[in-house]
Amino acid sequence: MKRNVLPGLPLSLGITLFYVGLIVVLPLAALVFKAASLGPAEYWAIVSSPRAVASYRVTVISALVATAFNLVFGLALAWVLVRYRFPGRRIVDAIVDLPFALPTAVAGIALTTLFASNGWFGTLLAPFGIKVAYTPLGIMVAMCFTSLPFIVRTVQPVLEDLDPALEEAAQSLGGSDSAIFVRVILPLLMPALLAGLSLSFARSLGEFGAIIFIAGNQPMETEITALLAFIRLEEYDYQAAAAIASVLLITAFLMLAATNLLQARALRYTARS
Amino acid sequence: MTPTRRKPPRVGDGPIIRRVLIGTTLFFGAILVLAPLIVIAVEAFSQGLKAYGATIAHPDTRHAIFMTVATALIAVPINTAFGLAAAWAITKFDFWGRRALLVVIEIPFSISPIVAGVAYLFVYGLQGLFGPMLEAADIKILFALPGIVLASMFVTAPFVARELIPLMQAQGRDLEEAATSLGASGWRTFFSVTLPNVKWALLYGVVLCNARVMGEFGAVSVVSGNIRGQTNTLPLHIELLYHDYQAAGAFAAASILATLAVVTIIAKVALERRGAGRRPAFAAAAKEQNAGTRP
Repeated sequence: MKRNVLPGLPLSLGITLFYVGLIVVLPLAALVFKAASLGPAEYWAIVSSPRAVASYRVTVISALVATAFNLVFGLALAWVLVRYRFPGRRIVDAIVDLPFALPTAVAGIALTTLFASNGWFGTLLAPFGIKVAYTPLGIMVAMCFTSLPFIVRTVQPVLEDLDPALEEAAQSLGGSDSAIFVRVILPLLMPALLAGLSLSFARSLGEFGAIIFIAGNQPMETEITALLAFIRLEEYDYQAAAAIASVLLITAFLMLAATNLLQARALRYTARS
Repeated sequence: MTPTRRKPPRVGDGPIIRRVLIGTTLFFGAILVLAPLIVIAVEAFSQGLKAYGATIAHPDTRHAIFMTVATALIAVPINTAFGLAAAWAITKFDFWGRRALLVVIEIPFSISPIVAGVAYLFVYGLQGLFGPMLEAADIKILFALPGIVLASMFVTAPFVARELIPLMQAQGRDLEEAATSLGASGWRTFFSVTLPNVKWALLYGVVLCNARVMGEFGAVSVVSGNIRGQTNTLPLHIELLYHDYQAAGAFAAASILATLAVVTIIAKVALERRGAGRRPAFAAAAKEQNAGTRP
């Protein structure tokens, strides 16, 4: 191996390890330590209590629906931005990032005002008996908003780099547009889609700010897990807060591992084909 | 103007599918993304210009703005220094555990801000690791500015590093190695060779980091204690006004952060034109993998 002549490894690595240790690892270790100090029986009693389980159900189902919506909408948006030219395209492209740039609390009060029964969209939906604000539907809307850019931004560059020759070959072989999309384009987008999908889902599971305004926060009905951890803190029930937060932490780590695994597999698949 | 096409139209170029797709996505985009932005502006001024001015000029709002700006002024530069150090260590050297370090740096990105806040409570809170010690020494970290800054630094730790690392990885080490072998010191190499090559990506990371720090809600709301006029940042102040049934006031305060978001997006687009951020990370990774698996 070539000898490295560059200086600065001890300093830069020292700063990095110190910062990561102090800012990221130490707090998470403290949380795990606190949750572990509960003992298995007590820990299990907290994380499997009916209210906690109801919060997992609300969070996971809403996140699944929001991610499914974003899968279709995000893919369509990426497609429209890459393949079509129309006036205002660049503005739309820029505005896709708004959910990342807009603070979640601001998004939360804005969405609540829009979808409340006297809001712009709330009044339009009321005649059909659809209530969004203060129902699980509201949680889904908030999650759709905050995780929208993930799928668009992971799919977009891959779609841009797609070799037109592949499509032309399929066309010259007589493939219909839908067949080419499903059998040629979609498989090529798969790794990016999966990456965006898992990022979007993970973000939805952990989202707090945008949701608590629109959710109504009724225990057992519209209470997300992150809020339950927060409520336990406000009740000074630190052990329960630690246990519930640890569930979110473990889920985040599992999602991270699953993402890496899925990506590696999908990459191998595209490499082979 | 457009020359007549010789090639057959590409997939999805038919006029009907084209119109349907553009129409549908713009419709949902308008509902989900544009409408919130408009409703903020409308609601902020719903009680007139005077009420808007009164909310902004209120001491509590001004203090919340001060807290938010102060947090950003501390957290963003420290995070930037960290991002540069991490990128230098990870891209200019090979060492054991390099990939693991990359994963750890990205962890805050996938963790709920509430978890971050709770975790900090168990380090610096009274029931935490250092709590009793800090209490004895009369040092206040939680429910004060230091706690807010720390929680913000956790949430945004990866922002600068993840912009720099892929770029510096792609740029390689040749230039730096040439500079040092010609006798430039490490710092000279860094400031005259490395930094000019990554300045737009660095600025890009800083802009995004700043937006997130100023807008962070979940983590900060756990560690701040929510004391009006003392430890409220702007996002927390918005929540407080909103739950106080001062919707117009909440939206007036929100309009400041919404403006920041719009400015951030404009800066982002401007920086992307200079090549920052357009980092087809996934496409690049796929290519790398393809190259690796080919015989």
